Amino acid sequence: MNYVIIGNSAAAIGAIEGIRAYDKDGSVTLISDEKYFTYSRPLISYWLKNSVTDENMKYRDPDFYEKNNVTTMLGETVTAISANEKTVTTASGKTIAFDKLLCATGSKPFVPKTEGYEKVKNVFTFMKFDDAKAIKEVLTADSKVLIVGAGLIGLKAAEAVHEYTENITVIDLADRILSSILDEDAAKIMQTHISDKGVTFKLGTSVKVFSENSAELQNGETVDFDILIMAVGVRPNTELVSAAGGKVNRGIITDKTQLVDGLKDIYAAGDCTESIDITTGDSKILALLPNAFLQGEVAGKNMAGNLCYYVNAIPMNAIGFFGLHIITAGSYTGDTYVVTDGENYKKLITKDDKLVGFILMGDVDRAGIYTSLIKEHIALSECNFDLLKDKPLMAAFSKIRRNKKLAESH
Amino acid sequence: MKRVYVNEERCLGCHLCEYWCAYANSGEKDIMTAFKLGKDATPRINVEDDGDVHFAVQCRHCDDTPCVKACITGALSCNDGVVEINRDKCVGCYTCVLTCPYGCIVIDKKNGGKTVTKCELCTDNSNGEPVCVRECINGAIVFEER
Repeated sequence: MNYVIIGNSAAAIGAIEGIRAYDKDGSVTLISDEKYFTYSRPLISYWLKNSVTDENMKYRDPDFYEKNNVTTMLGETVTAISANEKTVTTASGKTIAFDKLLCATGSKPFVPKTEGYEKVKNVFTFMKFDDAKAIKEVLTADSKVLIVGAGLIGLKAAEAVHEYTENITVIDLADRILSSILDEDAAKIMQTHISDKGVTFKLGTSVKVFSENSAELQNGETVDFDILIMAVGVRPNTELVSAAGGKVNRGIITDKTQLVDGLKDIYAAGDCTESIDITTGDSKILALLPNAFLQGEVAGKNMAGNLCYYVNAIPMNAIGFFGLHIITAGSYTGDTYVVTDGENYKKLITKDDKLVGFILMGDVDRAGIYTSLIKEHIALSECNFDLLKDKPLMAAFSKIRRNKKLAESH
Repeated sequence: MKRVYVNEERCLGCHLCEYWCAYANSGEKDIMTAFKLGKDATPRINVEDDGDVHFAVQCRHCDDTPCVKACITGALSCNDGVVEINRDKCVGCYTCVLTCPYGCIVIDKKNGGKTVTKCELCTDNSNGEPVCVRECINGAIVFEER
C-alpha cells in the first residue's frame, strides 16, 4: 500500500500513527510546503516569548519519521491532486502516485481588504513558525505593535510580544475579546486582566485606512504602530480537494471515516475540514489541535483498512493569557448556572437534562470531568448535579457509572 | 496489563495515599522537607469525599489516551501502557486537563501551574511500584490485571 499525506501538523501525525497501528510495511510519503520537522503550531507564541526552545517546538521525537518509516518531502508544495490518475503533482514538477491520500492542508490567515494596507511595511500574520521568526527579527523594546483581532491568535501574539514591549494595541470589530469562546462577563474579566499588563484594547471598531505607520479607525481614533499583526481569522485550505472534485462547503466535507465526499481513496482531516459538533448537530470547522489529531488518526486507520469513525467532536479550548487560564467546551445555548468572584468564573450550560457546555476561568482543575459529561451524553438526572455545580467530581456520578469508570477493566 | 483499580467500599477516606504519593514524587528524603518546610509537595492521586463515600482517583492509563492525543506539544506520551509526561516539553496549556475524563491530570501548583503532573505508576521515582497501593491501609487501591 502506498500512502501519501499532504501536511505535517497534528492531523498528518495522527494519520501516520493511525496507519502504523495497522500497517507496518506500507510506504508513507509526507509532503509539506514548510521545511520544518513536524512542529506544534500553537507553540509559536511560546517560542516568540522565549519559553520554548527550537528543539522543544518539535511535536514528536526527532526519530519520529525514521521510526515510522516515513519518507518526507519538506519544502515541497502540492499544486494538484488527480483523483482519476491517483497522483499528486508538486510545484517543482514532481508527480507522486498514491493508493490512499490524506489531505491535511490546514488553514491560512484571512486578511480583510483594507484601504492603504499595501503601504504597511512591517506586516505579519501569526500562524506558522516562520511568522514568529519574522516578527522576532524586527521586534524591539521600542516597538509599537498593533494587533488586529482579539481572538485566540491575536491575544496569544499579544502575550508573546509583551515579552519585548508593552506598547501593544489590540483592535477587534466585536465588542468583546475572545468572542468565539467567552461570554460577555468572562470576556470582561479576561480583558481587565490583560489590560492590567499594559495592553490597550479598541473594541467594536475596525481599521478604516492604513498608512505606513498608523491606522485610522472607524471610530475616528488613530493608532500609531511600527509592527502590524493581522489576526482577524483563518480560512481552510480547501482548493486542492475542491479542484479534484471533492465536496467543500466552508471546509472539506467528509464522511465519518474522514473520506472526502465525492472522492475515492482521498481522505481529509484537520483544520481544512468540517466536523459535526455533537452539542448542536451542526457541521462546522473545529480548528483545534486535538480535533485535528483525532480526525487524522481515524483517517489513517481507515486508510490502512481498519474501519472506524470520528463521531464525537465538540468545540473545546484550553488556553491561558498572562497566567489566567480558560477551559471551555461545547455550546452555550440552554439554561445557565454561573458562579464568579470577579476573578474566577464558572458557567455551566444545560439543555434537555444534559450538560452541553461550560466556561471555566481561573480555577480549571479537573475540567475534563465536565467534558466527559458532554461527550458521553450523560443524563444529569443520573448524577448529583449539586456536587457538579460546586466542582467537577467523579463522586457526582452514579455508583454504577463510577465503578464502571474506576473499577472495571479498561 | 496491570492497572490501578479502586475498591470504593474499602476506602476510609484517610487521604494517606495522597501524602505517600506527594512524598514519593517530591524527590525529598525527609517527609518534613517534603511537606512542612515550604516545599508543599503535589500529590498525583486525589481522594474524593462525599458523605460516607470515599475513593481515590489517579491516572487510569487509558488505552485510548485522550490526553496524549490532545497534547499540543508532544509532552505526553504512552510507553508500554504507562502514560508519561515530559515536564521539559509541557507549557502548561492544560489541554490535557480539558480532555481527561477522570480529572486525573494535576496542575502542578508547586511550580505555579507552569506544567501539569500526573501519576506514572511510580515508574519515575525510586519506588518502582505504585506507592499508594503499597501504603493503602485497607486495600482500597489495588494494582492488578482485570
